[in-house]
Amino acid sequence: MIRVAVIRFPGSNCEPDAHRAVVREGGEAFYLFHRETDLRDADAVILPGGFSYGDYLRAGAIARFSPIMAAIERHAADGKPVVGICNGFQILCESGLLPGALMRNAGLKYLSRPVDVRIERTDTPFTNAFQHGEVIRIPIGHGDGRFTATDEVIADLESRGQVVFRYVDTGMPDVSANPNGALHDIAGISNREGNVVGMMPHPERLADELLGSDAGTRVFTSLVRWKRPALVASS
Amino acid sequence: MNFRVHVRILPRRGLLDPQGQAVEHALKALNFEGAGNVHVGKAIEIDVAASDEAAARATAKAMCDKLLANPVTEDYQIEVEAR
Repeated sequence: MIRVAVIRFPGSNCEPDAHRAVVREGGEAFYLFHRETDLRDADAVILPGGFSYGDYLRAGAIARFSPIMAAIERHAADGKPVVGICNGFQILCESGLLPGALMRNAGLKYLSRPVDVRIERTDTPFTNAFQHGEVIRIPIGHGDGRFTATDEVIADLESRGQVVFRYVDTGMPDVSANPNGALHDIAGISNREGNVVGMMPHPERLADELLGSDAGTRVFTSLVRWKRPALVASS
Repeated sequence: MNFRVHVRILPRRGLLDPQGQAVEHALKALNFEGAGNVHVGKAIEIDVAASDEAAARATAKAMCDKLLANPVTEDYQIEVEAR
């Protein structure tokens, strides 16, 4: 059974939802405080949403230097799965595990509402249970979600297929499809290898039919059933 | 020696600065007709002990590159003052 570490920073607030979503899909999940330095044989890591360190300085800027981050960087370098959701995505960008940055929403408002996102990469540990091009409706809750990067980085992300989730217009009334002004309507990206994924929307917040939809569940189904591609033996 | 370091951080020019735009709109609404090109950033002050001013400046630059400014979205300026 896959063992998933859900990291707790001071100010995290989505870690119980993430924990529950993993367990509900048949995985084993445990919380790990940010002061720890060892991932305790976790197969995968979730950096949950919230407001680590009160978003002081910049969202994710201080959490990125938490003691656990060195272990997460090694874990990621080994090709093992890491997902950052919302504040977790901000931490991954601040740490350099993902390119770009998340800036204040173009409309300046904190937004808490559903968005429609299209899944554009399905060979990751977090999206393999989706069909390519499928659109799901899941919530956002953020004030700093405008994905920004240099033109070169954006072009690189697009050409290498690293845009994993993109906001799409399905005709949701009275709101813009792209909620925050993110470049290229980017809602989530991966690193080049695909094992590190960051996303602004919250799949863990809509992972139970009791809530009227379980549209986010398959992010966790994907993780629980993920089998790492066999490594090619090097001679 | 002790130095007082002033760091000024602003959104990189060319990137959308919605805070700057909002403040600019407010200034125009207050009839400050000549106001334009408004940008909102951060000011940080730090006491730094260093052997000389150049060393204090180098320390402040390292602080900015590592933590205080985001290299993707922000630019910074450093001023060093002897205490």
